[in-house]
Amino acid sequence: MQCKNFASLNFLGFAENARIINSASGCVSKYGVGSCGPRGFYGTFDVHLDLEKRIAEFTGTECAIIYSYGFATVASAIPAYSKRGDVLFVDEASCFAIQKGVHASRSKVIYFKHNDMDDLESKLKQQEIMEGNDAKKSKVTRKFMVVEGLYMNTGQICDLPRLVELKYKYKVRLFVEESLSFGVLGDTGRGVTEHFNIPVEKVDMICGSLEYSLASTGGFCCGSEYIITHQRLSGLGYVFSASLPPLLARAAIEAIDIMQEQHDLFSQLKSKAVKFQNLIRKIASIEVVGNPESPVFHIRRKNSVSNEEDLKF
Amino acid sequence: VRNHIAMAIVLLFGWLRDFLNEHVFTPEPSAHEQEDLKDFVPLYTTFERFFVRNVIERGYDVLHRPVCTVPGAVIDIRERKFSSSGKFLGLTGKVFRNVVNLGSYNYLGFAQNEGVCADAAVKAVAELGTGVCSNRFEVGNYEIHSKLERKMAEFLGVEDCMTFGMGFATNSMNIPCLVGKGCLVISDACNHASLAIGCKISGATIRVFKHNDMKDLEKILRHSIVEGHPRTYRSWKKILIIVEGIYSMEGTIVNLPEVIRLKKKYKAYVYLDEAHSIGSLGSRARGVTDYFDIDPTEIDVLMGTFTKSFGASGGYIAGRRELVEHLRLNSHSACYGVSMSPPVAQQALSSLNVIMSEEGKERITQLAANTRLFREKLRTFGFIVYGHEDSPVVPLLAYLPSHIACFSREMLARGYGVVVAGFPSTPLGESRVRFCISSALSKQQILDALEAISDIGDIMRLKISAKQILYKFGKLKK
Repeated sequence: MQCKNFASLNFLGFAENARIINSASGCVSKYGVGSCGPRGFYGTFDVHLDLEKRIAEFTGTECAIIYSYGFATVASAIPAYSKRGDVLFVDEASCFAIQKGVHASRSKVIYFKHNDMDDLESKLKQQEIMEGNDAKKSKVTRKFMVVEGLYMNTGQICDLPRLVELKYKYKVRLFVEESLSFGVLGDTGRGVTEHFNIPVEKVDMICGSLEYSLASTGGFCCGSEYIITHQRLSGLGYVFSASLPPLLARAAIEAIDIMQEQHDLFSQLKSKAVKFQNLIRKIASIEVVGNPESPVFHIRRKNSVSNEEDLKF
Repeated sequence: VRNHIAMAIVLLFGWLRDFLNEHVFTPEPSAHEQEDLKDFVPLYTTFERFFVRNVIERGYDVLHRPVCTVPGAVIDIRERKFSSSGKFLGLTGKVFRNVVNLGSYNYLGFAQNEGVCADAAVKAVAELGTGVCSNRFEVGNYEIHSKLERKMAEFLGVEDCMTFGMGFATNSMNIPCLVGKGCLVISDACNHASLAIGCKISGATIRVFKHNDMKDLEKILRHSIVEGHPRTYRSWKKILIIVEGIYSMEGTIVNLPEVIRLKKKYKAYVYLDEAHSIGSLGSRARGVTDYFDIDPTEIDVLMGTFTKSFGASGGYIAGRRELVEHLRLNSHSACYGVSMSPPVAQQALSSLNVIMSEEGKERITQLAANTRLFREKLRTFGFIVYGHEDSPVVPLLAYLPSHIACFSREMLARGYGVVVAGFPSTPLGESRVRFCISSALSKQQILDALEAISDIGDIMRLKISAKQILYKFGKLKK
């Protein structure tokens, strides 16, 4: 039975792109399929180095690092920096990978209301007051804010300008998780920093995924060299896991090439998302949760009665 | 003691270098924090930065060597440029050609870019694409995943199996589904980081027993059952013993018959991580259960990866039907992580088919012969080698951190690529060189490699085993 696919996160349609498929097949003929080792032990191929360079150039950062699984990216990146005794400010509606990363870091976690910058500011103020009582401890307590560019669980876009303002006011580092927003937001698909016209250096680290817009497997983190090179030794999903199969890295490079050549992909995606959302919103008994420009949104039944009724609906 | 002195000397030189860089010479520009973040709390501790700068970066050219061909028996390595302080600057353009690969996890030689498996993978890319863009629950459940699972269950001799996109994530995302608060996990001291993370996230109480020491395991089991949960003193909901088939840094094979005996006696469950042993042990390559001739249904949870012996990537968990059904519904990976990429799943499936055929038997015998030859010769030379006789993971002890860096560079100069590991992957005093034997290596390549190792061993005086003299006068009794 043939159906229209509104379920997979194949935003730019690269999953069936012939050019990507050809380059991946060529890669199998050169490197085989598996990489047979972690990055430190003969699992680094020149395609990995190329992909890292391309991602760093594309996003405008100094350095990038590739992981072999999208989930493991942010779940390994957060515990590499934030340890026991540090403080993490995390959005309530953040995705499961962030929650696992935060849990594994053993740091103190303070959740703030979803996308509510005033609530975040009040919690930051409270933490500052608490630290004021113990000056010695506050000098070694690192603080981080973890937000998503485009939230998987609600389809909202984070308020990046306000977050950058809070970062400098309260001296808290900012990590943005751009799994969904990379290749979706912004005029050329560079993500939420381009969407809001904020220089990418203002964000300490961007974690993204190659699994959605780029139709490959894996994830990346990019930022300044000072921050990213630390993960080469202490990112658990990087050091203790086999590297990304070369053909998938090649597919991702090809996808980035296409993204740079065809700029109209992003405006097309945006206009289609807006059009579809407008049509859906017209249906009276449905409530749409998500930003009007977002290609990911949730539909709920208005006046929900019970679980069974909703399922039948 | 020699080790600690060596480490102290390295650190002393580090301090001296930093002091000179600060006060006398102009240091090279290195990565540092952005200007506008100077008032923020420092991201790394001073000791961390010091250790990385002065100890690890000095030996950085032996790690992360970029390969530019298929990771089979022979590879080409690109040379890298480093600054005098060890910072990576780029590729020089020169290539070390035809380096014999003693480091990649290629036990049955499936790292091939031609042949049945590669052709099938190319076909899978053309038909199904490279990316799945969805998790197993939603629209990421392809027919090839189900085929692979059925074949793997048949191969292992169990009822059902489930595959996942990444081996590390298989452990870290599924152990929390199996155990939780109120459960006890008893794990081996040398378990992999993925198992440690999975146990930590699950919230269960963790106890560690000495590496492969069954008496210690029994002692801990008895004490834990008698004492109960540390705070409530109630009995445990579940006891899970986590062991690995072959330990990747030690090369030892788990004492499985004894673990099964203890499990039955104390009514615990066993989680067996066969990342290295599946495909490389046993007369039919079925892993450590095949090696000891144990019925695989006696192990409660069989876990493994496709990276090492199958030339693909990803992991699986196999066992009774109820267990796998529970994981299909509750696993975090099924719900939040994407499923295996189609060409990778196809590679795993084709290599499974090959292993179960006549050609597979040849590969298995070749691997066993290579392993035996390599280990026997190393012991007669007088090196200190850890691990069991049949384990294709061969750690050779070099002890000092400077020795392992020198060994790796000398081997590369002679055309052999080896893997070295030191602190913090191994204990401080036990830096080692780890060889991974592959069935793709011919007998002549192994003999030549042994000659090179013996040469370097003489230069660096590593042949310090007390058993060397016994080998000279007669066969050593095992």
